[in-house]
Amino acid sequence: MNVLGIRNLNVTFGTEGGPLRALRNVSFDVPRHRIVGVVGESGCGKSTLINAILGLLADNGQVESGQILFEERDLTQMDSLEMQAMRGSRISTVFQDPMGALNPVISVGKQMLHIQYRSDLGRTEKNARSVEMLRRVRIPDPKSALSRYPHEFSGGMKQRIAIAMAMMMEPVLLIADEPTTALDATLEVATIELLQELQAQIGCSVLFISHHLGVIAELCDDVVVMYAGEVVERGTTRQIFHDPLHPYTERLLRCDPAGQSTRTRHLPTIPGEIPDLRDPPKGCIFADRCDRRETICETAPPEVEMGGHRACCHRVKP
Amino acid sequence: MLSYSLKRLGLAVAIVSVAMLLLFAMIYLIPGDPAAVALGPRATEAMREALRIKMGLDQPVWIQFWNFFINAWQGDLGNEVLSNRPVAKVVMEQLPSTLALIVGGMAWSIALGIPLGCWTAVKRGGMADRIVGVFSVAVIAVPSFVVAIYALLIFSVSLRWLPAIGAGEPGDIGDQLVHLILPSLAVGLGWVGYIARMVRASMLEVLEAPHIRTARAFGLPDRQITYRYALTIAILPTVTLLGVGIGQMLSSAVFAEIVFARPGVGKLVYDAILTRNYPLVTGAVLVTTVLFILINLIADLVVGYLDPRVRSRL
Amino acid sequence: MFGVVLVLLMIGGAVFADLLVAAEPNRISPRDRFQGPSLAHLMGTDQLGRDLFSRVLHGGRIALSVALISIAASLVIGVVLGLIAGYGPRWLDNLMILLFDAIKSFPTVMLALALVTLFGPSLTAVMVVVVLVNVPGYARIIRTQTLALKSAQFVTAAQSMGAGTARVLRAHVLPNVIGPLLILASMDIPVVIAIEAGMSFLGLGVRPPTPSWGAILNDGFTAIRDTPWIAIAGGLPIILTTLGFTFLGETLRDVFDPRLKARG
Repeated sequence: MNVLGIRNLNVTFGTEGGPLRALRNVSFDVPRHRIVGVVGESGCGKSTLINAILGLLADNGQVESGQILFEERDLTQMDSLEMQAMRGSRISTVFQDPMGALNPVISVGKQMLHIQYRSDLGRTEKNARSVEMLRRVRIPDPKSALSRYPHEFSGGMKQRIAIAMAMMMEPVLLIADEPTTALDATLEVATIELLQELQAQIGCSVLFISHHLGVIAELCDDVVVMYAGEVVERGTTRQIFHDPLHPYTERLLRCDPAGQSTRTRHLPTIPGEIPDLRDPPKGCIFADRCDRRETICETAPPEVEMGGHRACCHRVKP
Repeated sequence: MLSYSLKRLGLAVAIVSVAMLLLFAMIYLIPGDPAAVALGPRATEAMREALRIKMGLDQPVWIQFWNFFINAWQGDLGNEVLSNRPVAKVVMEQLPSTLALIVGGMAWSIALGIPLGCWTAVKRGGMADRIVGVFSVAVIAVPSFVVAIYALLIFSVSLRWLPAIGAGEPGDIGDQLVHLILPSLAVGLGWVGYIARMVRASMLEVLEAPHIRTARAFGLPDRQITYRYALTIAILPTVTLLGVGIGQMLSSAVFAEIVFARPGVGKLVYDAILTRNYPLVTGAVLVTTVLFILINLIADLVVGYLDPRVRSRL
Repeated sequence: MFGVVLVLLMIGGAVFADLLVAAEPNRISPRDRFQGPSLAHLMGTDQLGRDLFSRVLHGGRIALSVALISIAASLVIGVVLGLIAGYGPRWLDNLMILLFDAIKSFPTVMLALALVTLFGPSLTAVMVVVVLVNVPGYARIIRTQTLALKSAQFVTAAQSMGAGTARVLRAHVLPNVIGPLLILASMDIPVVIAIEAGMSFLGLGVRPPTPSWGAILNDGFTAIRDTPWIAIAGGLPIILTTLGFTFLGETLRDVFDPRLKARG
């Protein structure tokens, strides 16, 4: 059973230099109770993907075609009020920057109260629920925390408060947009463990966006690898990390500093740049930067599937 | 918070002192003998000399200044020339009328400016945004006394909707409010434009902030996001500038009081100049200046109170 | 574009006033008192039978020259004081800032009224008011920029090469600060025109019979119940000119200094 199913999603932005195709034929699933990681360099379309799911694309952005199936309903067909009803209650989000993610002039308690505006509970019960959530994310003295303002908390605490807010309405799907990137390493581990714990308690699915491979390997059940607005490979975490099929995934794993087995002076990088998405190449999107490029790569590669492990590359033979 | 307030207060006291010094220098430099002016042409030299000694004009400059300074801080601004009443008392009698005018101007500018700024920020780029933009620049540019005269011409002389002169029957609040409509519009119209522009600009900035995205992602209603989450932040720079705005309205009030023949400090100063009642002029200027500094001080402290980030740093 | 047209019209009208209308602005003609607008008198005549259109055009000269002279004076004084505050010793800087704040804490019109008691009603008094009101702002900008540039590398380099203070200021600091200042000064033109008109409206600016928009407006105000065209003739050029210069200033600012746009 899938909580979220993205089907051939195409998203385009109108720009001065012509339409920019930020997402092209993106498809993947988020099954119930599983944590799915989306990994890729900056500019690969991760943020666009989140905004498309949340119905919060910028004014110049548009879903051209495809479906975003959430609990069997297509989010792309919903009007803004229906989407608003989904956000915060069924689908919730934790954003990257804990410093700016909370409103600076409204107390934490008020903000948590506002999030519960759809609930029938009385004010006292709602506040009790907020305290309970803050306690679960281990905010010390949660009762007095309600009357405090975001700037009075440390970065790690702010991120835990944001997680508490996101989990408050017990969503079916939690989107985590690089929630640990702005935190230092020890806080990162604690935050990951907290997310795992809450996910188990509430029983939601998680779509976890990150460019940090170590975190993805640690936390996720499935992995989606994105490059320049396309999904180039997807499979279980084990498949992706132990048996990568796509050259881009291979290179990405090789570039991860944590994965270096021998000491080197230079971290490997992938030479070249992401292609201009206003005029993407006709064939394989990665061909320009691929060191195993062949003439066939000038045509669009098929998606090959082997035991649930899929990749888009001519070199992969079933 | 306390130390910040004290620091601001100290600065305000220093500025008031320097303003007093400047004003004293001005009085001192006025050509002619104040005693002669006060007594009129038929006074004898002996009478003038007596008054000079009584006014302390025979003392060295710095003693004169010191006396002026100490007296002014104690609220003694000397006596006016015509009726020999204390200047402070005369000015204070006129102050409520001027304050009512300024509060009215504020009411216009806030009641129209904030919604216009908010609305155009939400509908940015549209036709309404452009029209309001041009309107804002226009009302900022056109001087208040022209607005006052044209408003008088249109609404009082031609249409006869609103009364042209006076402040209304004493004790009749309704009549006084009707008499306040046009003068306060003349005083406040420019600031409708200022506030609309300022609120629009800071709303656009705030609406881009990550925490607004968070609020949307939590499914909060648009209305709540705009007015509760964005406007409360976007309004803060405006509050600071309201202090400056009140200063400009004090200036505009002079014209409005003259055009609409309303009692007030502005009319008082104007009449005092025409009758060469200099102590009254300087006294009234000093009172309005202190008032202006005080209002700015309050505006700063209010921002400190409204913004928890500032509040905790103080 | 609109702003440019209005400003050109205004300047053209002021410069070629004598060619555009035959009537002299100050010629009294009791027979022609209080005439409505007609072909002979485009804007009508006032209580002394003077041609209002001619007075409006000549009033433009007064407005324009007061604006240009007083802003130029404010610029010179502001730049000098700003450089002194920014480059001079710390105590002098603090003292000047306090003085600027004190001057700015007078409501403009109140300050003007106080100064008129000192100088007597005249255009000089108006110009002194303008200078006093503008100088603190200009000096502050120059001071801030000077403080920032003082520690900039190229200034330090020039100093280490043996350049004297005056030379450093003239060759390195001034060219960097003058651009934004000129844009701000151009945006002050409508404000100055408003101050001149306002003071003349109160009878504290130009002496009669000198034509000034404010004075015409005052004539019109006195006769507003019966002959509204005098007030309209006095107010219209003030509205159009302040609008024109404001729109022009905004355009200039957007073109030359987009940074300022973000602030305003």
